[in-house]
Amino acid sequence: MTQENSILPPLTERFGILRWLRKNLFGSWLDAALTIIGAFIIYWAVTGLLTWAFTVAEWKVVSVNLRLFMVGQYPLQQLWRLWLALGFLMFLTGNSLAIWARRSYVATILLLAFPALLTLLPFGSEPRKWLIILSLTGVIGWGIGWSKPQALGRSVIFGWILSLPMFLLLTRGFTPEGGTMPIVGTNLWGGLLLTFLLTVVGILFSFPLGVFLALGRRSELPIIRLASVIYIELVRGVPLITIFFMAQLMLPLFLPPNWTVDRILRAMVAVTLFSAAYLAENVRGGLQAIPKGQFEAAHALGLNGAQTMVYIILPQALRLIIPILVGQFIAVFKDTALVAIVGLFDLVGIAKTVLAQPDFLGLQREVYVFISLIYWVLSYGMSYLSQQLEVKLGVGNR
Amino acid sequence: MRKTLWIVSLLLVASFVLAACGGASTTGGEPVTVVETVIVEVPAEGAVVAPSGYGVTLETVKARGNLICGVNSQVPGFGYIDADGNFSGIDVDYCRALAAAIFGDANKVEFRPVTAAERFTALQSGEIDVLSRNTTWSLVRDTELGGNFTATTFYDGQGMMVPADSGINSLQDLAGGTVCVQTGTTTELNLADVMSSLGIAYTPAVYEDADSTFAAYAEERCDAVTTDKSGLVSRRTVLADPSAHVILDVTMSKEPLGPMVRHGDDQWFDIAQWTVFAMIAGEEFGITSANVDSVRSSATAPEVMRLLGLEGDMGLKLGLNNDWGYNIIKLVGNYEEVYNRSLGPDTPTYIPRGYNSLYTEGGLLYAPPVR
Repeated sequence: MTQENSILPPLTERFGILRWLRKNLFGSWLDAALTIIGAFIIYWAVTGLLTWAFTVAEWKVVSVNLRLFMVGQYPLQQLWRLWLALGFLMFLTGNSLAIWARRSYVATILLLAFPALLTLLPFGSEPRKWLIILSLTGVIGWGIGWSKPQALGRSVIFGWILSLPMFLLLTRGFTPEGGTMPIVGTNLWGGLLLTFLLTVVGILFSFPLGVFLALGRRSELPIIRLASVIYIELVRGVPLITIFFMAQLMLPLFLPPNWTVDRILRAMVAVTLFSAAYLAENVRGGLQAIPKGQFEAAHALGLNGAQTMVYIILPQALRLIIPILVGQFIAVFKDTALVAIVGLFDLVGIAKTVLAQPDFLGLQREVYVFISLIYWVLSYGMSYLSQQLEVKLGVGNR
Repeated sequence: MRKTLWIVSLLLVASFVLAACGGASTTGGEPVTVVETVIVEVPAEGAVVAPSGYGVTLETVKARGNLICGVNSQVPGFGYIDADGNFSGIDVDYCRALAAAIFGDANKVEFRPVTAAERFTALQSGEIDVLSRNTTWSLVRDTELGGNFTATTFYDGQGMMVPADSGINSLQDLAGGTVCVQTGTTTELNLADVMSSLGIAYTPAVYEDADSTFAAYAEERCDAVTTDKSGLVSRRTVLADPSAHVILDVTMSKEPLGPMVRHGDDQWFDIAQWTVFAMIAGEEFGITSANVDSVRSSATAPEVMRLLGLEGDMGLKLGLNNDWGYNIIKLVGNYEEVYNRSLGPDTPTYIPRGYNSLYTEGGLLYAPPVR
């Protein structure tokens, strides 16, 4: 008996639910009071929310308008083009996961199963079929990538570079009316599709621009430095919404007559230019964190300025600022919601017009909860993937 | 060194700004002497305005192959997108009627949702051919903003909403009651004027903003609530049970809403205006989209024959085909059909016709003769 007792840890460290509760939640009278109040608030909020969601809420407004939320007024007959483009993206995703993230099983399963999980939403039979196909495409891509990781690396990178132009081309179409791919005007793009395109274009184009501006701001050439500083400070000094107003309202007044720039394109350019100014400062922060010794070492090896930047400094600097970059990308994603104010039908814009449908008057809560959920899932997805990337690159450990 | 650079750059920026301002005030070749300051909301000088002149707009629209119509997308009954992705509403149907008049195809119209802020700019810069977006006709908008209102398609005005089970059917029934109203607005003054002229005693319950006004009404702190009718319709939507509230058939102020076109193209103005008149005349003569074919084949009244293009070459005078009126009524409907489709008794956005009835029924709708 005495022997057994001596093996056990001290009383205070022994495991037990009651003991844990006592230690962490009911340590003192104050703790106990706070615990009870907290538990009550959580209970009250959660039951309130669940009761509303399952008994009061009229989710018909979402299920009936699901297509509007997803793609806006994009014509029904042409939807297969978007599915095709998404299939291409899923294939590449599966491929990339198998090649570069062989150990990240959780992320892989989540990403590949995501479309199939979406079938739980009240989609019609046609979208459900496509969603299953998407998941299968992802799995096939993963299988191919898994079997030949070395051989496929380059072609997958090439595929990713090609993916955005291809997505845009498929979305817009290229033959006149009556052809296999009739042109769908950008005025019909909307919903999540528009939010997605604005975000992706904004991120992809603002990133290189931001890096250039950051380098420009650290340049030793006064004109370049001054231009970068003026640009960054000017753009950062105004709210995004004013840039949108400028692009949508003022630009037409300055352009020559009969000269119109596509409204979606204007919004894309505005997002890009705005985000680039912020990214520039983020990247500059990363650049400043690189010790001088790195520059000197590169110099000693005989690398010139450009080589030093590309091979030595930028890879380290960008790796350092991954959390900030992802934060900025998530911000871009959510900031695109502002285009609703200038009359574009992004996710928020389409939500507002759905709310004006006489059949679904007064269902603000349902609609806004639904689109908030979409924003949250996608934002958290980005955040989760970036954390995986950080672990893989060992950002915190080096 | 660094300091001088900063000063130089600041001067540079300042000079750019000055140059830009200078450039704007000297357009036209010679310096402009400012005699008096005129505040213009939309830059009238130096701004690019779409080319206009007699017939230009129709030519552009025909060459493009569709009409671009500036609409609202967020007002129930007036302009919104239905679940199938199609635009609906009374303002939207006007655009369809105009397209039907021009092309004989009500679908040859591209709807461009415009915000309140950008609507006049969009019209001026030629981004849209016509603005049909619950816009109130007023002198400033008819002159300084460079547009012309064509006709009134909806006589909006201050209305009164009461609970359906309250038994209140007219303003007189409100005697001794309480009315929720937003303070510091013309709405409050209109209410006071109308009620005192009718000799009705009431208690105004005033609130700082529209949200609290309607919140108070929802909590039954007053017997009725008042604001513009189209506003009442959309506000009713956020009440717990929208169908439990009705809008009284009274109008206490003038808010004529109608389509607007650019200055400078009288032919386009005529087309836009007579499209409205054709719909009103259609209702007056009892021609609907359902019976228009039989009416046309058996028409004897000269007025009807001219409207439907059987006599008088009326369409050619507008620069259109003679069947323009027939197409409007056949493809979109007469005024009553359009009204009932969006604001009629069978819709959740029901507004009693009131002033929007034909002049023969005590309303203000009156189409000049087609001759």
